[in-house]
Amino acid sequence: MADLEPVVGRYLRLTLDGRPHRVYFEEAGQGMPLVCLHTAGADGRQFRHLMNDAEITRHFRVLAFDMPWHGKSLPPAGWQDEEYRLTTRGYVELIRTFIRALGVERPVVLGCSIGGKIVLELARLHATEFRALIGLESADYQAPWYDDTGWLHRPDVHGGELAGALMSGLIAPQSPSETRWDTLWMYMQGGPGVFKGDLFFYRADGDFRDRVGEIDTGSCPLYLLTGEYDFSCTPADTERTAAKIKGARVTVMEEIGHFPMSEHPAQFRRYILPVLEEIRARG
Amino acid sequence: MLERLADLVNADASLVRRGRYLSTRFLVETGAIAWLVTVHEGRLTAVERGPFLLRDWTFAVRASEDAWRRFWAPVPAAGYHDLFALTKGGHARVEGDLRPLMANLRYVKDVLAKPRRSA
Repeated sequence: MADLEPVVGRYLRLTLDGRPHRVYFEEAGQGMPLVCLHTAGADGRQFRHLMNDAEITRHFRVLAFDMPWHGKSLPPAGWQDEEYRLTTRGYVELIRTFIRALGVERPVVLGCSIGGKIVLELARLHATEFRALIGLESADYQAPWYDDTGWLHRPDVHGGELAGALMSGLIAPQSPSETRWDTLWMYMQGGPGVFKGDLFFYRADGDFRDRVGEIDTGSCPLYLLTGEYDFSCTPADTERTAAKIKGARVTVMEEIGHFPMSEHPAQFRRYILPVLEEIRARG
Repeated sequence: MLERLADLVNADASLVRRGRYLSTRFLVETGAIAWLVTVHEGRLTAVERGPFLLRDWTFAVRASEDAWRRFWAPVPAAGYHDLFALTKGGHARVEGDLRPLMANLRYVKDVLAKPRRSA
């Protein structure tokens, strides 16, 4: 008998910013929809452990798409003459269009890094569309740890090798070798300039310091979980952000870095299962 | 602190292979002590202890002895677990011509972390 995983992948046609896109997504499980947003320069494979966790999939329909330009989702036609740049507006449109296109009702959204950041904007602008929002490695702003993202996209430095080497530092030393290197492989596979384009949102366009105070967690609960070894979005960045949002719930995760679900799934599940259980109990 | 660095690196065939396109000399400071590390096609051909007069290098990594000791702990604490965690936290400085560093970042980071594995 074939050793098939319960994860299924399909392509979805979407119109984003007036242009046709072909977006790849995977899903597993049944029940309350849980839409997962991957980190900058990576793809939906980061959620493969969540999708293979029967404890989660017996209560949740877990969905994860590869953003356009990432993983198995191609860039839109004409990309060859463009510089890719993720914006707050475009990212919100992508998430809401994906959810509407699949007819998913009031999902839980769980995002990490750029995905954790955009969750703050979903909470501010569209809270009633979601059952709960979970931001991993999420903050309204985080100080950069290198000034020049130009290193990530130039002909004399291999962008994938550099992205992997940079991201290796954001993984906790306790994370197992296999999942550490899986995580880095996705960074090494990114298309030229894509990680850099995502960082435009992470560093510049996604500075939400002036607006997170408007978030109303009464309409939609907000959970923020950050790994102690993350020096890109530090626990202090998340705590400072949460202090401006009445009702936001913060957890600092021990022995975890910037990629909880991907770098150390067993450790992450100790933190995420109680959150998901609480959301489910609320209904 | 870096007396054994060349032996540690040169005994690691996979690390040497990954550095095979790098030949350069870089400076490491451990507190008041300076070290010039000479790389030839991924092998460390010299690790010299300063002081130095009128010697050149491409890039420099400078940190206190205490910061290096924490960095090389078997399981380093958060903030001391990576070269750029050290620089962001103000515990280390990286200066000079960064192109050879960025183009070979995994190699250089692994070289600098080598003393940890022998701890």
